[in-house]
Amino acid sequence: MHPIFASIAIAGPETVLTLGSLAALMLGTFTGGGRALTVTSLFAVAILGLAGFTLLDAPAGPSVAFDGLYVADAFSAFLKVIILAAAAASVLLALPWLADHNAKGSSSARFEYPVLLLLATLGMAIMVSANDLLTLYVGLELAALPSYVLAAFHRGDDRSAEAGLKYFVLGALASGILLYGVTLVYGFAGSTQLDVIAGIVGGQQERSLGLLFGIVFILSGLAFKVSAVPFHMWTPDVYEGAPTPVAAFFAAAPKAAALGLMARVLVVAFPGQVAPDWQQIILFIAIASMVLGAVAAVAQTNIKRLLAYSSIANIGFALVGLAPGSPGGISALLFYICVYVAMTLGSFLVVLQLARADGSPVETMADFAGLSKTRPGLALAMAVFMFSLAGIPPLLGFWPKFAVFQAAINAGLLGLAIVGFVASVVAAFYYLRLIKIMYFDPPATALAPAANPVNGAMIAGLALFCSPIGMLALSPLAAATARAAAALFPA
Amino acid sequence: MTAALAFWLFAVVLLTAALMVITAKNPVHSVLWLITCFFNAAGLFILLGAEFLAMLLVIVYVGAVAVLFLFVVMMLDIDFRALRRGALNNLPLGLFVAGIILTETLLVATGWQAGQGVIVHEALAGPPAGMSNTQWIGSQLYTRYVFVFSMSGLLLLAAMVGAIVLTHRRRIGVKKQSIAAQTARTPAGTLGVGKAPLGQGVEL
Repeated sequence: MHPIFASIAIAGPETVLTLGSLAALMLGTFTGGGRALTVTSLFAVAILGLAGFTLLDAPAGPSVAFDGLYVADAFSAFLKVIILAAAAASVLLALPWLADHNAKGSSSARFEYPVLLLLATLGMAIMVSANDLLTLYVGLELAALPSYVLAAFHRGDDRSAEAGLKYFVLGALASGILLYGVTLVYGFAGSTQLDVIAGIVGGQQERSLGLLFGIVFILSGLAFKVSAVPFHMWTPDVYEGAPTPVAAFFAAAPKAAALGLMARVLVVAFPGQVAPDWQQIILFIAIASMVLGAVAAVAQTNIKRLLAYSSIANIGFALVGLAPGSPGGISALLFYICVYVAMTLGSFLVVLQLARADGSPVETMADFAGLSKTRPGLALAMAVFMFSLAGIPPLLGFWPKFAVFQAAINAGLLGLAIVGFVASVVAAFYYLRLIKIMYFDPPATALAPAANPVNGAMIAGLALFCSPIGMLALSPLAAATARAAAALFPA
Repeated sequence: MTAALAFWLFAVVLLTAALMVITAKNPVHSVLWLITCFFNAAGLFILLGAEFLAMLLVIVYVGAVAVLFLFVVMMLDIDFRALRRGALNNLPLGLFVAGIILTETLLVATGWQAGQGVIVHEALAGPPAGMSNTQWIGSQLYTRYVFVFSMSGLLLLAAMVGAIVLTHRRRIGVKKQSIAAQTARTPAGTLGVGKAPLGQGVEL
């Protein structure tokens, strides 16, 4: 048998997603009419589930495919589970929004939504399995291009179009910077394959300046994708302008993919003597993201902008786990990603579940006033997510923060941990303020009774996961993250 | 000697043309200078022995991209001078930042010679004997790099779907030619013979 078939078998999730996205496109086109959207969305969820199913019989050890371009290991499998789950949730949570627009006769309700989401998910799956700078770039673009379109999906709305354009122009610039870094690394290391680069760099007597430039450029490009601080400007504008389901998608799956990619590139390709160089950069962007995310969010009144700044701060906390570059740090990072995705998806779902009496979406924090009286269940769920994001101990959100700070202290990065503690105290202010608005302010805005049972169930599930009950998941999660992190460090 | 002369010729013209792209007042001139740039870059590729890339640059960039640029520039009515007027206000800040970056780069680069530390893999030093550039790129692209190659195809599909999503809309009240309806016309459906009484005209 030709070796290509073995490679295709190793890249099971990607194969399923590729064929599935093509089939979904056909299905949507030929179903036609009002049903196309629902049928394609459910089909997309089934495809995502099937892709997750192929991960089940994945071998524990790393298996390299396509002449070293692609690798499947415990690290990629762990992140793929998160990405696929977040993508499936994003397809489902958009259905009420799209159906609503369909009913209004808006052209924004189109079956291409799940198709583009599937293609973006395929790109993310490739990102976390990239074993070569070329694969990295193609995966990144495949994840980014549908995202630009999704940001502008509500094309009749000026803000959505603006968000799409802004995201596209800045994203293209970041891709250019990243690609420049890739060429520099290729020129100074002589290879684009991550493990080969590690071998060459390790063999050099003194570190090469050109290579360092390359690392800086690659990191700048990746920092844009995770919206870490000097490259975060687009995040609040895009989250605010993009349709809420799309913003929920942006805040969850792509962050997990880009953080995983960052960890793999830095740990696999640049270990040893170059490690202190990139650690400095990670240290800086982690501190800057935590501080800016915490401070800038205080002044926000728009709930989507608030969640955008919250995601910037959370990326900073996650990067604290990457800074030591140790197995413990990476496993803390993975733990953080997993819990962060659950918390942020939950918060966006609550926002999505609310609508004003006239049908317009809830935008400002003032709309949440008195929610505990009008919609007690939803207010309780939101309170759980907010307490969890703030990192209040019995809730699940506390544990990943604890894990990343512990990893930083173990690596001797005490200053980083202290800045993190301070930033999380500042950040607690605005999370708690939303809870105060919900529980102690008199109801101000009349809210529509509309509530989608599927989204309601997802909120309930995520709130249970983030509540103290979620601590039952701590030990299996710890085992899975440790196994995944070990895959990056050759024994 | 000839190669060195050709290199300097191409390099100088390339840089001058690149400068003209961003300084030309007329945007159409800018695009024409850009085409000059592409041709000279293609010349440099030929000097490096990469004839396939040179042809690709001419065919794809000059033949398609630059011509597309020309169309867009001619069809859009943008007053570039007005756009540039605003940019001039930010010039001091821009120069300041550029100066910082230039100084830093120079500080880093002193004591470091260009090309030092560059590694050329033996496998990548050039095509094997008896194989042309084009053949070599093709054989690599469809074997070793088939994964990224096919994923690039998918990327183009995503771009196509995206473009259609963002621009295609069903318009109402547009007069479109329907050939099927035209050929299906019969005299019975379109012609009528009626009496026209004297002095009264007809109702149609």
